[in-house]
Amino acid sequence: MSDVVEKTLSALPSLLSLDSQAGAGKLSPSSKLGNLIKGITELTSKHEEERLIKKELESIKEQVASPNTTMRQMKEIMVRAIYCEMLGYQASFSYIHAIKLAQQGSVLEKRVGYLAVSLFLNETDEFLLLLVNTVLKDLQSTNLIEVCMALTVVSQMFPKDMIPAILPVVEEKLTHPKEIIRRKAVLALYKFYLIAPNQVQHIHSKFRKALCDKDPGVMTASLHIYLQLIKENPESYKDLTGSMVTILRQVVGGKLPLDFNYHSVPAPWLQIQLLRILAYLGKEDQGTSEMMYDVLEESLRRAEMNHNITYAILFECVKTIYTVHPKSQLLEKAAECIGNFVLSPKINLKYLGLKALTYVVQQDANLALPHQMTIIECLDHSDVIIKRETLELLFRITNAQNVTVIVEKMLEFLRLTYNVWFIQTMNSVFSLGGDVMQPDIPNNFLRLLAEGVDNVEDRQLRLFAVDSYVSLLQGETAKLPQRFLQVISWVLGEYSYLREEESDPGSVMRLLARLLDQRHTSTETRSWVLGAMTKLCSSPVYSGSLNTVLRQKAQELMILSQDTKLRARVLPAEDSSLSFLDGYVSEALAAGAAPYKSPHQRQEDLVQEKALSLEPYGLSLPVSLSSCSITDRRSPTLLSMSSGLSGNSTELSHQEGSTTLKLEGVKRVWGKDGYLAQQQSAGETPTPLVELPSPLLSPQSPPSQTQKPSSGLEPDQEKRQLASSLFVGLGSHNSVCLVRFPSTVWLFIKHCQSANQSNVVKALFKPLPLLLPVPLTVSTGDYGKMWLSFSHDLKQNLQLVTTEHQEPLTATLDALKGKLHLHVVDIIGSEGIVACRLLQGPGQGQPCLLHCRVHADSLAVWLRSPVPELPDSLLYHCQKALTET
Amino acid sequence: MQFMLLFSRQGKLRLQKWYVPLSDKERKKISRDLVQTILARKPKMCSFLEWRDLKIVYKRYASLYFCCAVEDQDNELITLEIIHRYVELLDKYFGSVCELDIIFNFEKAYFILDEFLLGGEAQETSKKNVLKAIEQADLLQEVRLLTDP
Repeated sequence: MSDVVEKTLSALPSLLSLDSQAGAGKLSPSSKLGNLIKGITELTSKHEEERLIKKELESIKEQVASPNTTMRQMKEIMVRAIYCEMLGYQASFSYIHAIKLAQQGSVLEKRVGYLAVSLFLNETDEFLLLLVNTVLKDLQSTNLIEVCMALTVVSQMFPKDMIPAILPVVEEKLTHPKEIIRRKAVLALYKFYLIAPNQVQHIHSKFRKALCDKDPGVMTASLHIYLQLIKENPESYKDLTGSMVTILRQVVGGKLPLDFNYHSVPAPWLQIQLLRILAYLGKEDQGTSEMMYDVLEESLRRAEMNHNITYAILFECVKTIYTVHPKSQLLEKAAECIGNFVLSPKINLKYLGLKALTYVVQQDANLALPHQMTIIECLDHSDVIIKRETLELLFRITNAQNVTVIVEKMLEFLRLTYNVWFIQTMNSVFSLGGDVMQPDIPNNFLRLLAEGVDNVEDRQLRLFAVDSYVSLLQGETAKLPQRFLQVISWVLGEYSYLREEESDPGSVMRLLARLLDQRHTSTETRSWVLGAMTKLCSSPVYSGSLNTVLRQKAQELMILSQDTKLRARVLPAEDSSLSFLDGYVSEALAAGAAPYKSPHQRQEDLVQEKALSLEPYGLSLPVSLSSCSITDRRSPTLLSMSSGLSGNSTELSHQEGSTTLKLEGVKRVWGKDGYLAQQQSAGETPTPLVELPSPLLSPQSPPSQTQKPSSGLEPDQEKRQLASSLFVGLGSHNSVCLVRFPSTVWLFIKHCQSANQSNVVKALFKPLPLLLPVPLTVSTGDYGKMWLSFSHDLKQNLQLVTTEHQEPLTATLDALKGKLHLHVVDIIGSEGIVACRLLQGPGQGQPCLLHCRVHADSLAVWLRSPVPELPDSLLYHCQKALTET
Repeated sequence: MQFMLLFSRQGKLRLQKWYVPLSDKERKKISRDLVQTILARKPKMCSFLEWRDLKIVYKRYASLYFCCAVEDQDNELITLEIIHRYVELLDKYFGSVCELDIIFNFEKAYFILDEFLLGGEAQETSKKNVLKAIEQADLLQEVRLLTDP
């Protein structure tokens, strides 16, 4: 501020001395406005300015109210009031006096009065009604300047309802001998057309007259109206094409008076206006387009000079050429022209080049190819605007092959530009897009977080992420998609240390532990959570935690992760057959112990309020672990350890023949009885499941069970083909779906500055339909076989659909069938079995089975699939589909 | 064009012309936001901004920023030339214009703008014609100053 004052003050004397010779244009130094301005420049604080202006406004108020104030003084007062308003202070008491000045003042005072009115008021202001009569009077004045002033004010603002009062007079002015009056009248009518189109409908023929006016200025003014009219309804004005082409040809040919030249280019504003009109006329109309090819080519050729104004014309010309019906020869020239823009060292031209490319690649993506290097350079440009435009261009050329790279670039841009917002946005992306989004996206996100130098900004971003995740985990986590939980785990593991020391060090660990305990959490996620815990406990914060359970877990994890031998001994997870228990099991069975029940069966039992025996686990656990996990029904440590260590142990073991055999063996020993037991207990309501011949009962197990579902799929091949030929849109769904995410991100980038971000977030992040199930037709028998061979499962209660004429179960399954293309295999009593297969995504071609049972008011759904992610995402879609119903 | 703002390097508004009806509050918010955004930009950056659903075209002349908001499909370069033509008009009228001319004679700057742009559209692009119209009105003033005691 101080240097402003200094500079302004130092410049003041020269200005004041200039005044004596400048005459009417300059301000008298002793004038009140001059004093006010000088007074303000001398101030040093905003507070002082406020005081001074308040004083000034009070004095203005007093003066305007005084009956002794002449109109001439009023004019001067009004200028001061305008000045105060410009500084941001309200002078609303002066509005009425501005109108009075316009009403009663002489020509010059009127001029200031009208100016004040146009600056103070809005066209919705009621005060304006007071002006109507004055305007009407001035329009009819014999003084041209008064007429001009009146026309100027109505072209800027006029109450819509009062248009009829002055319309005839304004219309009359279209034939006024003075071109300046005709021109202003045309613009006034243009304004009327914009605010009340039907009011001026009857004078369309007069617009045509204006178009043919001998004065180029009037003709130019009429083009504003025509641009609007043609934009709204090009069909009705096709007959004007010839005239427009002729006018453009004359302008380009330099037939206008030299006055209209701008930097020796003939009437550039007029040229651009005409080019825009031609674009609207020739769009999707070959015949009309052919009329303009010549003049477009000439425009391109003539605009050769290296000046901004010629580039402005060229840009418009290129746009028109690409909008009208294409002519290859012209397109070539236009593409060449775009090249000049893109390659220009001038940043403004480069921007427009990118913009033009963005426009044209929608027709031919290959046009971007010659400029690859420039585009890459622009991606790293220091100016955000250039970067953004480049991203928009990339977004337009996104396809299945380049989507990953482009999304990566977009995310990078987001991170660099809007830190906090970026995290929040990505939270929404993950929570809603969740498991159906490409794995690349979370991966890229994590990389972005991790990359970069360890500066304050990066740390802030990470800390913000950590904090936001902690608060997320403190809420309801069951609905968070697995991918998001994995991201959260990773970030918490890496960056929790950034949190304030005083916050409870165990809280993050507890939150993670809670995740492990949740049934909803998939094995993959568990291994991420564990990874995070391992990282955390290696930090002194947790191994020194006061919470003994956490501390023990931390220590155990740390030691186990360092000592593989110990781990192998303590947690012999590789031995998936649990053969070391065989002796114990047979002993126990012989002693009359209850046979083993699979976790699902136990859960079923739990639902039915049955007690659960934990003995086989509790006793078999190594002592070191039992102390911390004995309280948990499902020890997080054990479960996660096994999954963490062996990865997708079940899948792997299916592929390795020997392990499979072992596994089978174990299952057969335990599963037989368990299975039979279940059959008895569920006897009253025979489910289709229990009627199926189990593969485990058959004398020979197939060597590889994973092949089973696919062999069941083979008859489906034909259907798959039919489906893809039926859903042509889906035939290309690969690219469609892939491109969907970039477009969402892109919309974000576009709206990132919009005032209401949260609404944008809500509007844009409707879940992405990446999951595309197709019906899987299997027999009840095959269903049963597949069911038993699938290892990944999930249970959840869904809401039932109720209709008047259908059973709730049937209605719900029908709804799912209709929305998600599932195949309802069978419905028996209160239970139904459903099957589907995925067309694409991580579990491409893999089946997913659903077993549904009506339980009280809800539908207990049990999903199984050979692919870990499938049950999760399908369940999510089922929930969505049912909520929509 | 939706509006035009002139402001100093220190962020002081020197002239504002709104061609779309907006409340006082909105006007203040827009000008504050834009002034901040534009002042934060470096000199070598491009003159165009995408802002809300508008396009902002700005250019700095000495200590003054000229800033116009146009619709998305409008031509940025020609908007830049509108600014330039306005500066030329001011320059011609004031004779080598400086920020102080506009501070002390802002109503004149408005009159010139009104002859050049009307209702947000270029009205008269011929420099000669614009100045002729202004001079005629000014002439009236001088005559009056001479006849009035």
